Amino acid sequence: MTDQTQKEVLLELKDYSITFKTPDGDVKAVSNMNLTVRRGERIAIVGESGSGKSQTFLGIMGLLAKNGQTSGQALLEGRDVLALKPRELDKVRGKDMAMVFQDPMTALNPSLKISRQLTEQLEIHRGFTARAASVEALDMLKRVGIPDPTRRFNLYPHELSGGMRQRIVIAMALLTKPKLLIADEPTTALDVTIQAQILDLFNDLTAEMNTALLMITHDLGVVAGLADRVAVMYAGNIVEEAPVDELFEKPAHPYTAALHAAIPRPDQDVDELVVIPGRPPNLQHLPKGCNFSPRCPQVQDDCIDRPPQLETLAPQHCAACFHPFPRREELLTHA
Amino acid sequence: MLDQTSSAPTLLKVENLTTQFEIEAKSFFKKPSVLTAVNDVSFELKEGRTLGIVGESGCGKSTLGRSILQLIRAQKGRVVWQGKNLLDLSEEQIRMARRDMQIIFQDPIASLDPRMTVGDIIAEPLTVFEPKLSRSERLQRVQDIMAAVGLVPEMINRYPHEFSGGQAQRIGIARAVITRPKLIVCDEPVSALDVSIQGQVITLLRKLRKEFGLTLIFISHDLSVVRLISDDVLVLYLGRIVEAGDCATVFSAPAHPYTQALFSAAPIPDPKLARQRSRIRLQGDPPSPMNPPPGCPFQPRCWKATDICRTKMPPTELVRAGQSAACYHMDLPAEA
Repeated sequence: MTDQTQKEVLLELKDYSITFKTPDGDVKAVSNMNLTVRRGERIAIVGESGSGKSQTFLGIMGLLAKNGQTSGQALLEGRDVLALKPRELDKVRGKDMAMVFQDPMTALNPSLKISRQLTEQLEIHRGFTARAASVEALDMLKRVGIPDPTRRFNLYPHELSGGMRQRIVIAMALLTKPKLLIADEPTTALDVTIQAQILDLFNDLTAEMNTALLMITHDLGVVAGLADRVAVMYAGNIVEEAPVDELFEKPAHPYTAALHAAIPRPDQDVDELVVIPGRPPNLQHLPKGCNFSPRCPQVQDDCIDRPPQLETLAPQHCAACFHPFPRREELLTHA
Repeated sequence: MLDQTSSAPTLLKVENLTTQFEIEAKSFFKKPSVLTAVNDVSFELKEGRTLGIVGESGCGKSTLGRSILQLIRAQKGRVVWQGKNLLDLSEEQIRMARRDMQIIFQDPIASLDPRMTVGDIIAEPLTVFEPKLSRSERLQRVQDIMAAVGLVPEMINRYPHEFSGGQAQRIGIARAVITRPKLIVCDEPVSALDVSIQGQVITLLRKLRKEFGLTLIFISHDLSVVRLISDDVLVLYLGRIVEAGDCATVFSAPAHPYTQALFSAAPIPDPKLARQRSRIRLQGDPPSPMNPPPGCPFQPRCWKATDICRTKMPPTELVRAGQSAACYHMDLPAEA
């Protein structure tokens, strides 16, 4: 936890939105988002299914479904990646920014050996010869903790365990020494003991390579040990953003607070579990006011009337709520 | 070894249960190999208590749950239920016994027939076990149970695809409790749900347990969720119970190195604590149940393993009242 504000800006999202055209009309999956990522910083994007957390970054990578449209700006080192032509984007993607997905099996090509999948990027993006690429790739396999890398180098993805496959995908992503690594639920499909190994790996390698990490997850527990800063998304909007300690100690938005209080803990007995009633809104029929207002335990008239904007409440801490900082007792609803 | 002090009568007793699967050989000339999914598992479950079964993928926790309900037939051992060994019963006898033992599955949508209405899905167990009920009596029972699990009456004629995961799980729960069973096996019932919905379903299970006097077997990979709902806990590794006991004791001082590692790997939603605590870093993956290591199943990943661990399976021993574990080195203080 060092002060990150002094570092150089790497990625800046400005008024960034994603709209999907559907037969039932347009659906805004991400609305007018602003986010700054500095070099080497670790940011967690937390949200539940449908919050738009994955789409946000698929959009930046140019990987949206065909009916998806981005607007606004996504400046990577000052250059708007949303405006790049496909050919230009290919040069940035995989080199300056790389992505790790939830399911390592679908991220790997089942018909190619591990060796081929790893060396490809070095040859394409960094102009390595086949031999030099093999040496470099093998070295990376060691660094991501693959036991017996020389033998595994020549295996196919199906011959490896889930944890091992995810290590391969991480090795693949880091080979080109990207400035930004986007990891979308990278440990959700893994067992806890393997999850802990992979999180350690992210921790060590991004620090070592000064790579900025954007960790997309539904799990606040995973975030606690890894991130410097957290942005919480709800129904396509960032509803709160804060340094990790502050977000856990003094959550300002009732959604963040409830989400935090709703997590069962392995190290404590919980007699009365905080339950968030209802479910996230349908993006096609968003409420007029605050998106969380139908589920909010402390909703008031102004919340239903108009949507709150993100406001700075403390240095580096902002939230979109008219009545921030709920007390725990206010969150206890009896379902 | 689970809470013997409780005065409640025993509902279920499992003795030396072993479930094996034959895996087809790759070549015609080779013998099929045997995978032991559940290996010599014994425990006792008192009425009204909730038993959590924890372990990672492939540890046999779901197979154990299904072997108890006889959805998978075990090869060895006994499952004693109401004085009878379920392994000795015929299919028909087991079918009738299932009225008292139900299951809730992980994937709430996939476990519901997409072509049946919610009302028909929930009523189905009644048509099997209480065929004499009149149409209006059955409808009344369905409506009552829907109210109890928090489904609004208008949903009765809708189809499963119209529901979110959390609501679909409520339908699955309604179907399981409508025959007023004594035991419900919940197989990862909240794993597919968002955190905010997970809490709703657990709260519902806790409420129903009280209202209907249910005994639950709660299977999960998530220690935190198990802690929320269970009285007792079994930790499974490669088909074997490595540690068992009442939750409070096991959670406050896990004795088996694997349990300790599992606790230490569980994410804690508190940044300061998460940074401070020293974690046990396990090396490698769990071994394949097709090819288990000799001796203790955990020894290839265990930092305490010695020669004896590599040759002989450690016996299950009492750690303290309400806690037992199978480890030669469990008395040593936990290493960081």
